[in-house]
Amino acid sequence: MSNMINPVVVAPEELHDRLAALKAEGYDFLECLTGCDWGEEGLGVVYSLTKSSTTFEMTHVKCVAADKENPTLPTVCDLWDIANIYEREVYDFYGIIFLGHPDMRRLFLREDWVGFPMRKDDKPEEKNAEIPSTNEEISDTRHKYTLDADGKLQCEDTPVFADDAYVVNIGPQHPSTHGVLHLRTAIEGERVKQIDPHLGYIHRGIEKISESLTYPQTLALTDRMDYLGAMQTRHALCMCIEQAMGIEVSERVKVIRTIMDELQRIDSHILFFSCLCQDLGATTAFLYGFRDREEILKIFEKTTGGRLIINYNMIGGVAHDLHPDFVEDVKHFINETMPKGLKEYHKIFTGNVIFRNRSIGVGPLTREQVISYGCTGGTGRAAGWHCDLRKHRPYAAYDKVNFNEITYETGDSMDRYMVRLKEIEESCEIIRQLIDNIPEGPIQEKMKPIVKVPEGCYYSAVEGSRGILGVYLESKGDKSPYRLHYRSTGLPLVAALDEACRDFMIADLITIGGTMDYIIPDIDR
Amino acid sequence: MANTSYFAGLVGGIKSLCNGLSVTFRELWTPKVTERYPENRKENHIPERFRGTLVMPHNEKNEHKCIGCGICQMQCPNGTIKVVTEMVETADGKKKKQLVRYEYDHGCCMYCMLCTRACPQGAIEFSNEYEGSVFDRKVLVKVLNHPGSKCVEKPARPAVAKPAAPAATPAAAAPAAGNEAKAKAEKLVAAAKKAEENAAAARAAANEAKVAAEANPGDAALQEALAQAEAKAVKLETAAKTFAQKAAEAVEAAK
Amino acid sequence: MFDFSDFTSWLDTVLLRVMPEWLTILVECVLVALGIITLYAIFAMVMIYVERKFCAFVQCRLGPDRVGPWGTVQVVCDVLKMLTKEIVSLRKTDRFLHALAPFLVVTASMTTFACLPWNKGAQILDFNVGVFFFLAVGSIGVVGILLAGWSANNKYSLIGAMRAGAQIISYELSIGMVMLTMICLAGTMSFSELCQNQAEGGWYIFRGHIVALAAFIVYLIAGNAECNRGPFDLPESESELTAGYHTEYSGMDFGYYYLAEYLNLFICAGMASTVFLGGWAPFVIPGLDGFNEVMAMIPGFVWFLAKVFFVLFLLLWERWTFPRLRIDQILTLEWKYLIPISMTLLVLMALCVSLGLTF
Repeated sequence: MSNMINPVVVAPEELHDRLAALKAEGYDFLECLTGCDWGEEGLGVVYSLTKSSTTFEMTHVKCVAADKENPTLPTVCDLWDIANIYEREVYDFYGIIFLGHPDMRRLFLREDWVGFPMRKDDKPEEKNAEIPSTNEEISDTRHKYTLDADGKLQCEDTPVFADDAYVVNIGPQHPSTHGVLHLRTAIEGERVKQIDPHLGYIHRGIEKISESLTYPQTLALTDRMDYLGAMQTRHALCMCIEQAMGIEVSERVKVIRTIMDELQRIDSHILFFSCLCQDLGATTAFLYGFRDREEILKIFEKTTGGRLIINYNMIGGVAHDLHPDFVEDVKHFINETMPKGLKEYHKIFTGNVIFRNRSIGVGPLTREQVISYGCTGGTGRAAGWHCDLRKHRPYAAYDKVNFNEITYETGDSMDRYMVRLKEIEESCEIIRQLIDNIPEGPIQEKMKPIVKVPEGCYYSAVEGSRGILGVYLESKGDKSPYRLHYRSTGLPLVAALDEACRDFMIADLITIGGTMDYIIPDIDR
Repeated sequence: MANTSYFAGLVGGIKSLCNGLSVTFRELWTPKVTERYPENRKENHIPERFRGTLVMPHNEKNEHKCIGCGICQMQCPNGTIKVVTEMVETADGKKKKQLVRYEYDHGCCMYCMLCTRACPQGAIEFSNEYEGSVFDRKVLVKVLNHPGSKCVEKPARPAVAKPAAPAATPAAAAPAAGNEAKAKAEKLVAAAKKAEENAAAARAAANEAKVAAEANPGDAALQEALAQAEAKAVKLETAAKTFAQKAAEAVEAAK
Repeated sequence: MFDFSDFTSWLDTVLLRVMPEWLTILVECVLVALGIITLYAIFAMVMIYVERKFCAFVQCRLGPDRVGPWGTVQVVCDVLKMLTKEIVSLRKTDRFLHALAPFLVVTASMTTFACLPWNKGAQILDFNVGVFFFLAVGSIGVVGILLAGWSANNKYSLIGAMRAGAQIISYELSIGMVMLTMICLAGTMSFSELCQNQAEGGWYIFRGHIVALAAFIVYLIAGNAECNRGPFDLPESESELTAGYHTEYSGMDFGYYYLAEYLNLFICAGMASTVFLGGWAPFVIPGLDGFNEVMAMIPGFVWFLAKVFFVLFLLLWERWTFPRLRIDQILTLEWKYLIPISMTLLVLMALCVSLGLTF
């Protein structure tokens, strides 16, 4: 199975109409938007669209900006809400100005950063020789660029917040933003009126670094993005490279990867539960979650030697064979620890009247909204969107197991919470089906000493702990990727935060943020 | 507060609160999970695959296996490893790379295992040592080869490979008991390599002879030399193949 | 039964013999003040230790166990650390109010602390409207909290202080109502008389049966909310407002809030045991004279502390189980549930008393 994609090239003038037409055709989920610098050809964007109905077919559209110095492209913000933040990311890295975009600010980098670092000819070290030692001035103005009659760029500035807004900084150092996320929140009394997420505090430029690393080296960085989806992220990248090179991994590897992904998902969902409890003030339930999670970490540690940073998947296989105790430990975990733990979680927290009142009806997102914002994973399924890639685009051994795709209807905090707790049960079920029949076979395919991916564009995606995790890989046939882009699972969730929290209370912002379940290093990359 | 009636909501709420209280009350008496760290150092079992720090195992003769090829340095994504080598002349006048200093910056290491997986000699590995905190970053830059250590010397190649080959210095000592299998494997790997080289040389000679023979088709001596060279090359190539196979087997066994 | 007033009157006579009356009073006041402050500090430390250990055990942890046997010296170290920490003063704060606020909080809690009847005759503040005095002095604390939030020039502090204001003032209503219910039963507002009555005629929670039990539970909930303790800790809810009204305090200024929080909890438990569980009155079962004699041999302050720690256990247990409420839910709980309930209880109690349905 090849994952090569051949994006249809569209001229900038036709882009908007073309995408609108595709959206009308059913490609109504903007799965990924990747900026790229094609050197001589110019700068541009690849739009990856998906049919959000059960088929989950994809189509890719490529659009190159004509002018290399001041590239412009039309915005598609009006078609998809998530395009807003994706286009800001492309602007930040490539300097492509999206005409008509209401908010052309930098997304990850500092406002005073000079240049656009992902351009191949940019020299960030020279332009930003001094490491700034001053506080970052956060811009309070939105820029909207349009072309006037003569084809000149016009900039229209609007303030981010109204003059009389009472803006509270939630983060970047805040107990319940789960990392260095900065939410500038305009409130009125206790009510949240507007949220402006300010990202990039843990931006490490993983995509940029990857361009100068060999393929095996890029793997080392994936565990550092979504640390609760380390297995899955690395699985996605390995799978992308393997499929691009035409390597078929053994059945054993596929099953091992599936089990590991599911253990990782349980790990992530337990931590989700714990952190939500902690955010809502139920510190005790928090530790019960950690107590049970420890068992997964021990299983990981025995087989892979790592707990959080696991380094397990390799191109063409996995790093170690399963530990002799693995099967027994996993069985103990899924048959004893987890059912007992879940029962306790439900008793102490799910049923609690305080929690129910704080979560039912809080921060609802409709099915249309989650698709438009690209909120996949538990958040999407809570709103009734069947978006589980394990079902719709099966990979590894997921086509061999039976499990239910958990969906709910209202998409409020309670549903988002329940989806995850139910998914723990489903993950246990998947593991139960696989654990006794792990096929024999090599754990590592023979690889050449230097991994080279044939020229072309590739896209692979897995169902991460909190949504669709895509890897867009463009290769020129070298030993390092020409462009490597990750479809982050958390970025759409943060983008939807403003919509979900509006007119709810400060305490609800915490609940909504907690149930959205984002991981900051995954957003910032 | 609830969609249900006032009193039903009140009673249901109280019931749910009591549920929660019963859980915490029961947990009050369960065994505690706290790890008492410095005290439990001895019992604390660290899985053998845990990656604490990079080490270069030395045998009791203060010999390591690093040949200074630098593949680990090339593989490392963050420049954690620096291999300093020098060229020395061996007793028989051949130039040989020798490890001087193997620098490892523990503070930079991502534990990605690319170095250990890439090392052709199995000279480096991760140890379980997990107490790595120090007061000064400079201390984290470690030199992994012990002072005065040297590379495990290659044992003498079996005579079959090529009798005329320069006699390698006999192995200084028998390999350590524990490392016997590994040492044997290495020996065989080295032998196989040498055999391959010899085969390649013979093949080159044969090719030369062929060129010469083709240039002078009438010369019988040349034809004969060609046939001899061909035969020798084929023989050596087969030998090299068997050696490679044996070496592979031995490596497997050693593992 | 051990009567502490024997000791105090002996001290008084001894002092009067050697010095004039005004000096005697002065010396006694100083001694009493020292006594309160020492007890205050000791109990704060004990409470902190108890809470940390309790919450650890509920959470399957061991809690502090590094410093001293079972971590007992941990709190002392924490106090020393707190004392040596720098008090950071910030620009653009209202310095005077900022410095004043912690003292108001600590004064309120110390004064209420003085109302507690430790033993027969061992009571510092005791007069005929003791319960009123207790309620009145207790509400000074909220002024300190509001000032802290206002003077700090920090948005978190301000939101926290506003929440605290709304919450504490609301919950004072039901506390007052519940106290009235019990006064209705007791017929006195003096704490010493309350205890004496209960020592003679049995604890009010038994004498007032169902109504008193309900009042006890309402008092615990409201008292907990008064103390800003979880699940009502939203004025300082760390996951929303980082630390609420004391975000900008450091060193011992913060320490005062910390002390006051724990002592308020102690006072809440102390008041519950005084009004409902008989204060220093021993547990007696009418008819079992031998048993009662043994009970009466245990000194009053032991009884008092045992009851206080029992109530504390209930409060801690509940604090470490529930998630935090939201501000609107807190007010709903008070205005839609607790106030109607406590009003009903007051009426019921009045009926019971007038119809002679109490014991």
